[in-house]
Amino acid sequence: MKTRYARRTRRTLRVAGAGAAALLALSACSSSDSDDSSVKSDTSSSASPELTGTVTVFAAASLKESFTTLGKEFEEAHPGTKVTFSFGGSDTLAASITGGAPADVFASASPKTMAIVTDAKDASGTPATFARNQLEIATLPGNPDKIASLKDLTKSGLKVVLCDKTVPCGAAAQKALDASGLKLTPVSYEQDVKSALTKVELKEADAAVVYKTDVNAAGDKVEGVDFPESADAINDYPITLLKDAPNAAAAKAFIALVQSAEGQQVLTAAGFLKP
Amino acid sequence: MTDLGKADAVTDRLTGGPRRRRVRGGVPGVRRGVPGLRRGVPLPLLLPALVGLAFLLLPLIALLVRAPWRSLPEQLTSPEVWQALQLSLVTATAATAVSLVLGVPLAWLLARTDFPGRGFVRALVTLPLVLPPVVGGVALLLALGRNGVVGQWLDSAFGITLPFTTAGVVVAETFVAMPFLVISVEGTLRAADPRYEEAATTLGASRFTAFRRVTLPLIAPGIAAGSVLAWARALGEFGATITFAGNFPGRTQTMPLAVYLALQSDPAAAIALSLVLLAVSIAVLAGLRDRWMTGVS
Repeated sequence: MKTRYARRTRRTLRVAGAGAAALLALSACSSSDSDDSSVKSDTSSSASPELTGTVTVFAAASLKESFTTLGKEFEEAHPGTKVTFSFGGSDTLAASITGGAPADVFASASPKTMAIVTDAKDASGTPATFARNQLEIATLPGNPDKIASLKDLTKSGLKVVLCDKTVPCGAAAQKALDASGLKLTPVSYEQDVKSALTKVELKEADAAVVYKTDVNAAGDKVEGVDFPESADAINDYPITLLKDAPNAAAAKAFIALVQSAEGQQVLTAAGFLKP
Repeated sequence: MTDLGKADAVTDRLTGGPRRRRVRGGVPGVRRGVPGLRRGVPLPLLLPALVGLAFLLLPLIALLVRAPWRSLPEQLTSPEVWQALQLSLVTATAATAVSLVLGVPLAWLLARTDFPGRGFVRALVTLPLVLPPVVGGVALLLALGRNGVVGQWLDSAFGITLPFTTAGVVVAETFVAMPFLVISVEGTLRAADPRYEEAATTLGASRFTAFRRVTLPLIAPGIAAGSVLAWARALGEFGATITFAGNFPGRTQTMPLAVYLALQSDPAAAIALSLVLLAVSIAVLAGLRDRWMTGVS
């Protein structure tokens, strides 16, 4: 009786243990990592190559809307091609490229993050600046806090989010603040520009220093406030073909599209400045 | 591996058997012998097993190989690292404390009472375990944010806003870690003999007294194991924290956030920080070893 009970208990415990181990395995925390596996394509080296296959583009988070549009245009112009994007913080993308992520094109939000890739000899040729972006203050719709300048952001009781200094939008914001001699303590240094904007969209923060293009893309969920100091911190956006591009021919065509009049039109419409 | 006697002692402690007197364990057929390699391991099993082992160990070895040993002391003594580590330890401990206060009663409810829909409630409790932490963070933001379903009211009535505060970090970590504690304490409770409690109540103790004086000491080892698991989970929490509490050094920047952001600007610092977390994980595992080996949650 007693032993049978002990035996049963022990079995229960063993089952419970196995269950706990399974739970542990299930709940492993993972930060998602967007490595699109690129489809292998045959790059035909004839005079007028018929473009096919997938182009994998790693691009700064702020390029999301305009590049998605350009990707669709590219697919229409070249049937049989597919453009896949990985949008994120420029430095995260640069780190994954130097870490060997398979990509054809890298478009970053600052020369500094592009340098990570060129220094690692992962770029093919020299990167070209294809757009420039200016900072803007994103406030809640209707601007209830009456924010009219960068200085207004230092008002007490105001929840402001900035990008982390490691990402281009954060570095640019810091530059603008330094130029105006202001000290601003945000509530958070976000990991990329889109998450900084999201905090304002969700009304969790009162204001964020983001790009003009992000304010444009958010529509009426936020309101943009221009500030003169942003002229001191205009970001150049370089684009480059990557050395180990699985689909170099199509990648070159995509870069050409970005730099063409058509591409520039899409970028200007999104709020970018001409290079 | 543990010898049978030790295994029994642990089982004893968990089943609430008397601590010093050993139950007649060692039932024939329940022996957990280690099948030695002499018995021959089939190759189709051995190869994948070794590959699996290598796969799990290699990344950790790489971390040690690539560690900037020379600059490690100065990396680890920088104020930023200490700030992040201190914040991580404090918030993880606070999250574990909150989990204990709320989780143990919840586990008791799930294990010892029978109410309609109990299985469903149990499934709901387990949900944050399998939910991606980032989703948890978004959900918390929509519930407890300044503009959230409940948060709105917290803000207007008490002026409490959780996002971007250290309390917000604790909330995010508790949300992710508490299910661990609940599930493991509930398992221990189910395994514990309810007759002790019943005996206490027949002798005139109220149900709460019986819980406090009989059940709690009985399941203490299970609670301890669950707490350590919950604490480790809280310490490693990344997704929900960065989504709900943001990232501000000294206030909401915990170790995992510091690792993530350091990796973008200063890989050496990221590796150093990772080593600290690895050391903590190993310490936790060492603390749990007995329990792990004898298969107790």
